Amino acid sequence: MADAFDVFDTNRALPIGSAGKRSSGWWGVWTMIATEAALFGYLIFSYLYLSSQSAQHWPPEGLPKLGLGGANTLVLLSSSVFVWFCERCVRRKRLRLGVASMAVGIVLGIAFVGIQLKEWHNHPYGPTTNLYGSLYFTITGFHLLHVLVGIVILLLLLTWTALGYFDDKRCAALTIGGLYWHFVDIVWLFIFTTLYLSPYVL
Amino acid sequence: MSAPLKPDRNANSQRTAALSRVPEIGRVAHGSPTQLRLQEIWEAKPGWRGWLSTVDHKTIGLRYIITAFVFLLMGGIEALIMRLQLARPNATLLSPEQYNQLFTMHGVTMIFLYALPVLSGFSNYLWPLVLGARDMAFPRLNALSYWVFLFAGIFLYSSFPFGQAPNAGWFNYVPLSGLEYNTGPNIDIYALGMVLLGISTTVGSVNFVATLVRMRAPGMSLNRMPVLVWGTLTASGGNLLAVPSVSLAFLMLWLDRQFGTHFFDVLNGGRPLLWQHMFWMFAHPWVYAVVLPAMGIVSDALPVFCRRPLVGYTPVALATVGTMVVGFIVWIHHMFATGIPALALAFFGSASMVISIPSAVATFAWIATIYTGRPVFKVPFFYFAGFVLLFVIGGVSGVMTAAVPLDWQLTDTYFVVAHLHYVLLGINVFPVIGGIYYWFPKFTGRMMNERFGKIGFVVLFIGFNVAFFPMHIAGLLGMPRRIYTYPANMGWNTVNLITSLGSFLFALGVLIFLIDLVWSYKRGPVAGDNPWDAPTLEWSISSPPPPYNFATIPFVGSRHPLWEDRLPKERGERIGSVLDEGYILDHGREALGTTVLDGEPDIILKMPGDSYAPFLLGVFSSLMFAGMVLHAWWFTAAMLAASAASLIAWLWPERALIQREPNPVHDAGGAIG
Repeated sequence: MADAFDVFDTNRALPIGSAGKRSSGWWGVWTMIATEAALFGYLIFSYLYLSSQSAQHWPPEGLPKLGLGGANTLVLLSSSVFVWFCERCVRRKRLRLGVASMAVGIVLGIAFVGIQLKEWHNHPYGPTTNLYGSLYFTITGFHLLHVLVGIVILLLLLTWTALGYFDDKRCAALTIGGLYWHFVDIVWLFIFTTLYLSPYVL
Repeated sequence: MSAPLKPDRNANSQRTAALSRVPEIGRVAHGSPTQLRLQEIWEAKPGWRGWLSTVDHKTIGLRYIITAFVFLLMGGIEALIMRLQLARPNATLLSPEQYNQLFTMHGVTMIFLYALPVLSGFSNYLWPLVLGARDMAFPRLNALSYWVFLFAGIFLYSSFPFGQAPNAGWFNYVPLSGLEYNTGPNIDIYALGMVLLGISTTVGSVNFVATLVRMRAPGMSLNRMPVLVWGTLTASGGNLLAVPSVSLAFLMLWLDRQFGTHFFDVLNGGRPLLWQHMFWMFAHPWVYAVVLPAMGIVSDALPVFCRRPLVGYTPVALATVGTMVVGFIVWIHHMFATGIPALALAFFGSASMVISIPSAVATFAWIATIYTGRPVFKVPFFYFAGFVLLFVIGGVSGVMTAAVPLDWQLTDTYFVVAHLHYVLLGINVFPVIGGIYYWFPKFTGRMMNERFGKIGFVVLFIGFNVAFFPMHIAGLLGMPRRIYTYPANMGWNTVNLITSLGSFLFALGVLIFLIDLVWSYKRGPVAGDNPWDAPTLEWSISSPPPPYNFATIPFVGSRHPLWEDRLPKERGERIGSVLDEGYILDHGREALGTTVLDGEPDIILKMPGDSYAPFLLGVFSSLMFAGMVLHAWWFTAAMLAASAASLIAWLWPERALIQREPNPVHDAGGAIG
């Protein structure tokens, strides 16, 4: 009777520890992204449901201005490129360039937060003024919280990279943290579309 | 051969750390130096240090089960008090407010603090054992999920002694739960407690999914996994997608109540129906999350007592997943009476009836397994067979309420109460007790008592039906649910008296079970490795299992590794399992990672050691929620900072886990290309 030993090549060397996409953390972050994506899905559902049920003019303050929010979208998306580039540098042992790239990514993330706060300040309404305000500030607030958590993660990755923890063989943390940051950026596109663009067509 | 190496809990020292190696294959005899080393590497520290820092999935699983049972008893006592009040008309044992809090806490306790956690306990304990792994994928996350569950349970009960417990029903509809009608802390405790509990459920689900894709023994392809694994996997996937809905709804309710937002505020355009949508978009998949793993318990354990493999493994596994998929599009059937459009009623009514198809597939598979097997009438068999019967009754009343016109008559009556108790107790409690009788030898090394078990089953089964079947009739007679008393001339007196008597009989059955549990733990006969002659991997190791589970990682060649010599279908040209020889992996805490579909060896995973971080993070995050209830904002901020610090310490890349290069890397100026 053949046995299971014959099926596998048991003389093959296997990587040890957190090796890139083979690490458990890589799978873990994808499941976390799935549940976080669901969270933002429910936020957007709440917005669309309540706006569809609204008897009043929607949004009550007139159509949203696109300028600042649109520019901020570009700021956030470009930060993802620098985070991605950091990992690429580390994989080629260009640590200093990697650290610099990550630093640029973080600065862009902070700029996004600043511009978002400025935009909040510009609005004539607050979270308790009306239903639209409650939705707007809760949804963008949730996203802002995720950006802030993401910035803390990027700062940790920057520190670890600068300390020389990572190279091409061991940098799962960069891959995993980077995935989270890309998710935070991409989900903003859905929020931007819902809050800023959909009032023009719906 | 050299003298045994001094055991090193934290894996290789820096000098010898390598990034890859060919894992050693061999046999490990009991008492050999390698076995003793594994024991030392994986054992928790003695005393309170080990108690607070252990990440052993077996310890965590048993803690889950025991904690959930304590909550079950609390919810049961609440039910008995309510049944005393309802046993006769115009009773004054309870005030309306006390009754409101009791039925709310009864529901919250049973559905959130018992039903899922007890199954998480089983799965935590059993997954690595049935999958042939040394632990879950994220052992520390596992510990966190238990601690947060425990603290969330305490949190939800914290206002109970002050007479301020949640009081708007477990589905907590606005506007009753809004500030206008409910000014105390009752609802805030419920809202924040549910957000906290959601964290526990979510990280638990992440862990199950990651464990499934990474930690199966080599050769355990997807079609060789026990059905329990399919059940918990489906439940975990469902929870990942559904839990955010209820966490968000409760957070929005809390914002409405504390900060004056307008999500559910009718005067300012908010919609109470949004609450119902978000609650049931979560709660309906959740209902399947609390039954599918239990159905998995039956699918795996019932065949052992029929002395044959489960009939229709593949259809049952697919039905499990299919039930959950359809379960995401039936939530409106809880809202048929809210005046939504007729088209939606038709769609969601038919979708709800479609659920009966996968349910029937599983039911016929169990019946066929019994019919074509040679049943051994041990205690677990009775619980599992009893479950099948109760599931059919609960399923039929479910199909009845899926019919919209009938639902309009029955909604918010005791008929619905009868239905949900038949499905939840029938599909959850009976398989769970049967499962405890079945796996108790593995948990403790001792058998439970057959005679006590059979008496207990008879009392429980009769008590259950005497208690809950008359509720159907009370509902058909028009008795609304959630009333604290009723006048004498409604014609409900007899059914209520019978229900109350039955509930106490049921409680007596639970008592017999508990006595058997304690007695058997102390004096039950020693069980041996495989007392039921069962086919799956957990029975191939000692009872209770050693801290490292498997001295060598087994190779799995079929769905029933321990029955291969007697199942012709799994012999012959098929490959056989190898259980006594395999990867040793003893350079510190190590486990084998395998590929997703076929379970081929892929990576040697470094498993973390015991850690206080999960306990501390659980404490700090729970205190943060306590600060939010008390409006102690500085305290909340301090606890948030403490939680963040624990998390950063937890995530810091460790050399021992080879999450970073053993030696500092320097800029080598390579091409970016």
